Amino acid sequence: MPHDTLPAPARGSGQESQDSVTAEIRAIEADAARRVQQGGSPELHPRRDYPPYRSSLLRHPTHELVRVDPEEVERVSPAFGHTDVNVLESDLTIQHVGEPLGERMTVSGRVLDGEGRPVRHQLVELWQANAGGRYVHKRDQHPAPLDPNFTGVGRVITGDNGEYKFTTIKPGAYPWKNHVNAWRPAHIHFSLFGNAFTQRLITQMYFPGDPLFALDPIYQSIADPAARARLVGTYDHDLSVSEWSIGYNWDIVLTGPKATWMEGEDAHD
Amino acid sequence: MTDLLPSETRATGPAIGTPASGIFVQTPSQTVGPFYGYALPYDKGPELVPGHHPHAIRLHGTVTDGAGEPVIDALLEIWQADGEGALSSELGSLDRDGFTFTGFGRAATTMAGHYTFTTVKPGPVAGHAPYVLVTIFARGLTHHLFTRVYFEADTALLATDTVLAQVPADRRSTLISVQDGPASYRFDIRLQGEGETVFLDFDA
Repeated sequence: MPHDTLPAPARGSGQESQDSVTAEIRAIEADAARRVQQGGSPELHPRRDYPPYRSSLLRHPTHELVRVDPEEVERVSPAFGHTDVNVLESDLTIQHVGEPLGERMTVSGRVLDGEGRPVRHQLVELWQANAGGRYVHKRDQHPAPLDPNFTGVGRVITGDNGEYKFTTIKPGAYPWKNHVNAWRPAHIHFSLFGNAFTQRLITQMYFPGDPLFALDPIYQSIADPAARARLVGTYDHDLSVSEWSIGYNWDIVLTGPKATWMEGEDAHD
Repeated sequence: MTDLLPSETRATGPAIGTPASGIFVQTPSQTVGPFYGYALPYDKGPELVPGHHPHAIRLHGTVTDGAGEPVIDALLEIWQADGEGALSSELGSLDRDGFTFTGFGRAATTMAGHYTFTTVKPGPVAGHAPYVLVTIFARGLTHHLFTRVYFEADTALLATDTVLAQVPADRRSTLISVQDGPASYRFDIRLQGEGETVFLDFDA
């Protein structure tokens, strides 16, 4: 039987090829671009129903979200501070007896709201794989080595200007079972709190120039290219330290829906 | 793709993010993924008050997907007022002293898709029906979901609540917990399908 007459593997079976998943990704991106051409606004966030990311199939709501006014509960956030986070928790390379393997780096930037104001004294949490692409998580059974000197968890409280800084190592790419030969581009998970609970955000930071970007259904779940590019940190040589560490910058903007609800102000230039 | 939710299609005009706009564009969400278990849950995260607190309640339920299967890798956060309807600005959610009520809790679901918080029933804030704000993260959720847990005993306040009034009547019950013990309230979360929980998006 010629290869191309074999029945296609079932969607979500994990047996589909990268090419078929990539074709789905490109079709959705084209659909999003068409909507923008027709006067729609670019999609700022990932689609909740994003079939190339198979885990979203049974987990996205099918009803529209109900839009309501936030009450005071949603307009404020829990307070975090020095009694919650030790200053040493921002350095992921000093948590064990020895130094972790990998490319030592710093990731720093500012947490801002939609008007560019700093989000002060709020909690930033970070977690990541080690340099070999392995998480310290029992469900991660990818056969890459664990590093006894690296856990991959950090926390920090932002400063007066919304600034944060982590010292860590660059994580490796790793395989997953979305489809055959699926690899996640190297990334760091970030969890952020704003001044209002409506600004709560969990996201991922990526590294510039990764060849896996075009193939990754999680990165591509943000159908607008400019929007997903906001997740890529910037290499900043001024942040690199001679004979010590490579420096990346990544600013994060948290904002409630109102600040991005600009339909009436669409520019037509 | 014709099933985009309005919350996702509404976005900014092309000028946003340009220097002239003066508006900073929101950083997109990404899924929490499957491997946060060693990073985000923390000791006593689900215990906003100790179990022996005189007004302690259990708030619990199961998270299920569109096939009715338990979601074993969901992470839930709650944020709420205290029993008198006051919102805390106390530090210490991550390192609880056992006495200070901070209003924030975090719990991961079990292998049965079940979550449990120990907290107090919130009091009304500004005269509104009291509720617990719930945020749901999980592998497969590209963006977190917000919902609210109301309490069926608050009959009069529920009847006049403006948010509940915006929810289709046949789905309203998905936001109201069921008392299943003297100090226990059950709130199941169905991400998709029959009985799908009402999820909220906030205007500012």
